[in-house]
Amino acid sequence: MYSSTVMDHFHSPRNVGDLPDADGVGNAGNPISGNTIALYLRIADGTVTDAKFRTFGCAASIAASSMVTEWVIGRTTEEAASIENHTIADALGGLPPTKMHCSAMAADGVRTAIEDYRSRHGTVRNAGHGRGRKD
Amino acid sequence: MASIYLDHNATTPVRSEVFHVMEPFFKDRFGNASSIHRYGQDARAAVEEARTRVAGLVNARPGEIYFTSGGTESDNLAIKGTAYARKAYGRHIITTNIEHSAVLNSCAFLEREGFEVTYLPVDEYGQVDPGQVEDALTDQTILVSIMHANNEIGTVQPVGEIGRIVRARGVCFHTDAVQSAGKLPVDVDAMGADLLSLSGHKIYGPKGVGAIYIRKGVEIEPTAHGGHHENDVRSGTENTVGIVGLGKAAELAAEERESEYRHLSEMRDALEARIRIGIEDARVNGHPQRRLPGTLNVSFPGAEGESLIMSLDLAGIAVSTGSACTSGAIEPSHVLLALGRDPRTALGSVRFSFGRDNSMEDVDCVMERLPGIVARLREVSAAQVPG
Repeated sequence: MYSSTVMDHFHSPRNVGDLPDADGVGNAGNPISGNTIALYLRIADGTVTDAKFRTFGCAASIAASSMVTEWVIGRTTEEAASIENHTIADALGGLPPTKMHCSAMAADGVRTAIEDYRSRHGTVRNAGHGRGRKD
Repeated sequence: MASIYLDHNATTPVRSEVFHVMEPFFKDRFGNASSIHRYGQDARAAVEEARTRVAGLVNARPGEIYFTSGGTESDNLAIKGTAYARKAYGRHIITTNIEHSAVLNSCAFLEREGFEVTYLPVDEYGQVDPGQVEDALTDQTILVSIMHANNEIGTVQPVGEIGRIVRARGVCFHTDAVQSAGKLPVDVDAMGADLLSLSGHKIYGPKGVGAIYIRKGVEIEPTAHGGHHENDVRSGTENTVGIVGLGKAAELAAEERESEYRHLSEMRDALEARIRIGIEDARVNGHPQRRLPGTLNVSFPGAEGESLIMSLDLAGIAVSTGSACTSGAIEPSHVLLALGRDPRTALGSVRFSFGRDNSMEDVDCVMERLPGIVARLREVSAAQVPG
């Protein structure tokens, strides 16, 4: 059902936790009846330097959350904001079709965290998905 | 690594005694039970012997037992078959909102065909109030379908009382006894059942075979038309191999029911008590007493069901969340929502279902691993815990 990468990240998730003084926080998912992620980013000079997450959800959600923290660290806010829904699924070696929303949730977490960062720093752009825009 | 199977409400292994009686019918005793020659007579005798054994499990007469492909087909036949046979008398059906999907989706199909269906609620333990059944009956009601024991939480319904109410009004009463047959006393007369569904693979028989009890005089419209098999109720050449296996499984289940009840209850009660002590905020779902002996459904708020199941599986323990039929879907269990659980808590639920081969050592093994798994998943989700 799941790739060995998914199982690895599910069983030994990276960067579990939170950053009390995060520069951007992204909450995504369905808090009423589904999976949710809280993604915390530390950002310096336009680059993500640290990331932590808390996720309530299935194995794919936890693995995608773990993977997205590894993916985002070291990227510019520009690159992070341009994350696509399938980016994390691809990095995990694929997800079953019914679990693609877990990868999308992790991507939403990143976009929301970057939006949060930009709104705090007065650089909010088109409330959305900032693809292809320059800061 | 441990290898512990605690998912017997999903399916059970075929018992050796059952496999042994089935074996000759794959190859040497291959006759068609409808054939007149000796091959056919041999198969016919085996099918009728099995019918008698299945009848014995539910206190029916052999002529009231019809073989099907399993619980789902029996439920479909009972519900659609009654609806079509009785539609001249009314088009209203009563059921509950915690039935198996075979019942719920048969009812949903009939709603599209113009029938009206009332889905009764259940209380926090999953029980239906017989008074509500009585209140829901109208002069248009042709069928009441209420399960004997729930597959997810194990709660047992007061079917005897419901059956008396329903039959006193001249309405047909169906009960899905797929989970209870062989585990609890099942007596079609004591239950007042006109129709009852059974499955082979829940009682250490093979998959792909089941039965429906149809009280003498109750008419149903067949859903499969063909060569007049099974007294025209269910056409199709008899699945002799499966039927013989179901018959043996039913016989053994009836013989061993009381000792098995004690064995399953003892293990389930021990696990329940140890989870309550050993894991903070574990909430048991289902009725504290009126429950299947081997079933334990627990919610662990803050941990999600699939994650729990996969972690337990990696530790060698096989359990399920909700019913196996719905674990591909992401919706919380309809049964747990019906009890009033909030959706996030419902998503964090696990069903342990014990079987005859389990032992107290398996309970020890679960308790060596489960608390750590719950703690780990709660750590991952910490800021995300509802409430």
